[in-house]
Parts: sequence; C-alpha cells; structure tokens
Amino acid sequence: MKLFENILLLSLIVCALSVAFARDLMTSIIIFMSYSLVMCIIWMILQSPDLAITEAAVGAGVTSILFFLTLKKIRAVRKEDDSEQEEG
Amino acid sequence: MSRKRDNYDTSRWKRFKSWLDGETDLLEHGMEAHEAVMRSQDPVVMPVHGEGKEILKAKEIWRFKRFYKVMSVLLCLGVILVLLWTVASLPITGDAANPDNNEVVARYIERGLQETGAVNIVTGMILDYRAFDTFGESCVLFIGSCCVLLLLRLDGNSKHEELEKLVAETNDRHYEPKDDIILQKCSCVLVPVILIFGIYIVLNGHLSPGGGFSGGAVLGSGLILYQNAFGYERMGKLFTEKVYKRTTLCALTFYCLAKSYSFFTGANHLESGIPLGTPGAILSSGLILPLNICVGLVVACTMYTFYTLFRKGGM
Repeated sequence: MKLFENILLLSLIVCALSVAFARDLMTSIIIFMSYSLVMCIIWMILQSPDLAITEAAVGAGVTSILFFLTLKKIRAVRKEDDSEQEEG
Repeated sequence: MSRKRDNYDTSRWKRFKSWLDGETDLLEHGMEAHEAVMRSQDPVVMPVHGEGKEILKAKEIWRFKRFYKVMSVLLCLGVILVLLWTVASLPITGDAANPDNNEVVARYIERGLQETGAVNIVTGMILDYRAFDTFGESCVLFIGSCCVLLLLRLDGNSKHEELEKLVAETNDRHYEPKDDIILQKCSCVLVPVILIFGIYIVLNGHLSPGGGFSGGAVLGSGLILYQNAFGYERMGKLFTEKVYKRTTLCALTFYCLAKSYSFFTGANHLESGIPLGTPGAILSSGLILPLNICVGLVVACTMYTFYTLFRKGGM
C-alpha cells in the first residue's frame, strides 16, 4: 500500500511538471485530466470520499470540458487533416 | 476661510472626477506601454524617421524589458522560497499537540450526530455548524456565473451581432458534427445513470459521502453530456435561461431564509421547531436535506451555464 501511494505521488509530480512543459495545449489538458484522476484516487486513500467525488466530477470532468471549449474558441485546436497536411 | 481654487482644471479632484466619468484615459499620460513595445519590435524602421529621441526611447524600453524579466524571475524565486519556508515550518501531520486538535473538533465528533442528526459528520459540519460559509460559497458560484454571463454573452440586439452568432453556430457544427449516432446511443445509456447517481449523492448527503456540491457537479456533467449528444433544441425544452435564473434565485433565497431562521433561533436559545428525525433515515437531520438540494441545484445549473456560455455565448 505504501508503495502504491508513493507511485501515485510520484505520478502526480510527473503530471504536474509535464503539464507545464507540454508543447501542445491539447496534450497538457489531457495530462491535467489524468492529474485530477490520480488526485481522486489519493483522496480515496486519504479516506475522504466526498472530495474524491468532487475531484472526479469537477477536476476531471467539467474543468477539462471548459478548457477544451476555450481552446476551440481561440482556434488552438486544429482539425486532424490540417495537421496531417502540415506534417506531410 | 475657504481655499481659493484658481487651478481647478489641474487639481487632483478634477482629474479623479473626469476619470470617474470616463472622460479621460489614464493611459494617455505616458502609460501606454503596449504601443511603444509594438514600435520597438522593428527597430530597423526607427532610424528612418530620423529622430534621435525615438531611438533613445527604444533603448529605454529595451532596458525596461530586461529589468522586467529579471524582476519577474526574482519575484518568482522569492514566492517559491516563502512558500517552501512556510511548508517547512508547518506542524507535523497528526501530532497530538497541533493547534487544530482543540475542543471544537472533539465537540463535532462527540455531539455532531446528536446535534445535527446527520450520520455523515462532514455534511453535518458543512451544512449545520458552518452553514454560513457554505452560503457564501454558493453565492460566489452564482456571482461567478453572472460574471461569465456578462463577459461571454452574445446579445442578439444588433444585426451585426446576430450574424456573428450565426457564424459561431455554423462553426460549432463544423467542428462537432451534430446527431452523432454513437454519442447519442452511448448517452442514452449513460445520462440516466449519471443523473440518478447525482440525485442519489445529493439526497443522501447526510447519510453517505457526498452532498450538494459533488452531487450538483455530477448532475451538471450529466446535463452537459446530454446537450452534447442531442443539441440545444432538445435541451431547450428542459432548460432555458429563465429556468436557470428562477432555480438559482429560489434556491439561494430559500437557503438564506432557512439558515437565517435557524441561526436566529440558535443564537437566542429558542426552539427552532425543526425535527431532527431518527439518524440514518432519509428524512432526517432537519434542514440539511433541503439545504443540500438547494446547493445541488445551484451547482448543477452553474456548471451547465458555464458550458453553454463558453460554447455559444448564450443558453
């Protein structure tokens, strides 16, 4: 159990750092989502299921959706064929 | 003897008054850094104008930018240092001599069930002992959604804006195809489960983990999923701006009145007349259940409104 907790904490740190250093905004949002999910499991281990539910719904769900919408509004998300054309 | 005001036009009061009325722009007096920075981006053009002053100015701006960078790094390091120092001097977690181990916690744990009637002590604390804080939180949510409404709403008054709205809607369709059959079938299965789970969390806030805020967030995400699958027309039958305003206002008002009543009776040592019921039953613990429902409604409405405002700037 101790090992599992340590792995979770380590992945939290890795997630937090890679959110800041990710090149693509889309990628960093998805990493941010996974950060929230890991945090949710940690709340469960810390015996606060209230916070775990809230973290899963708000952190991983609603916040990320709002981020996605904002990215779409500012045209930061390219369509797939656009990026393929640029790569090819 | 009153002071003579021969220099009213240059007085501070006049400037303040004109600023208040929006007549003058404060940025006029040498604070217009943005334009200057734009000019300094192409320094090659500068000498063509042939003014030595401007070169000097560009140099100043460059120096200022350098100074700005150094200072921001220093400030960042300073804040990090202060925060780390604070963490280092925090008391050890779980130590018996910690300042948070006082009689308040003991009282909550020992007499919480008896006084609030809630099996879930956390909810008993949030919605009974500290209900005033929760009221403030709900109000903050409401104010937040109002601010988003002010900032992101597209008014349909003028023709130009209507056109903009139409363009936004077509763009929306461009990026996300409507009537996606896979999404619709999935959400047919998922949405009822999510909504029922959210309602369960809200209604059982005083018995099991959860409560108004988390249940409301789950409900809101269920609504967002439904909207994504079936579009605004289907959603408009259930949820419009009017519904949002009425629900939020009623919930907040009810919360305020109910809690004011219980605070009033509690502070004056009167009998509130609200039955606590048997702990563990669904209809128990006095005001906690209705307050949970109120908070849940406010949170669910706010989440959904945020989504619609971000997506198309209106309900």
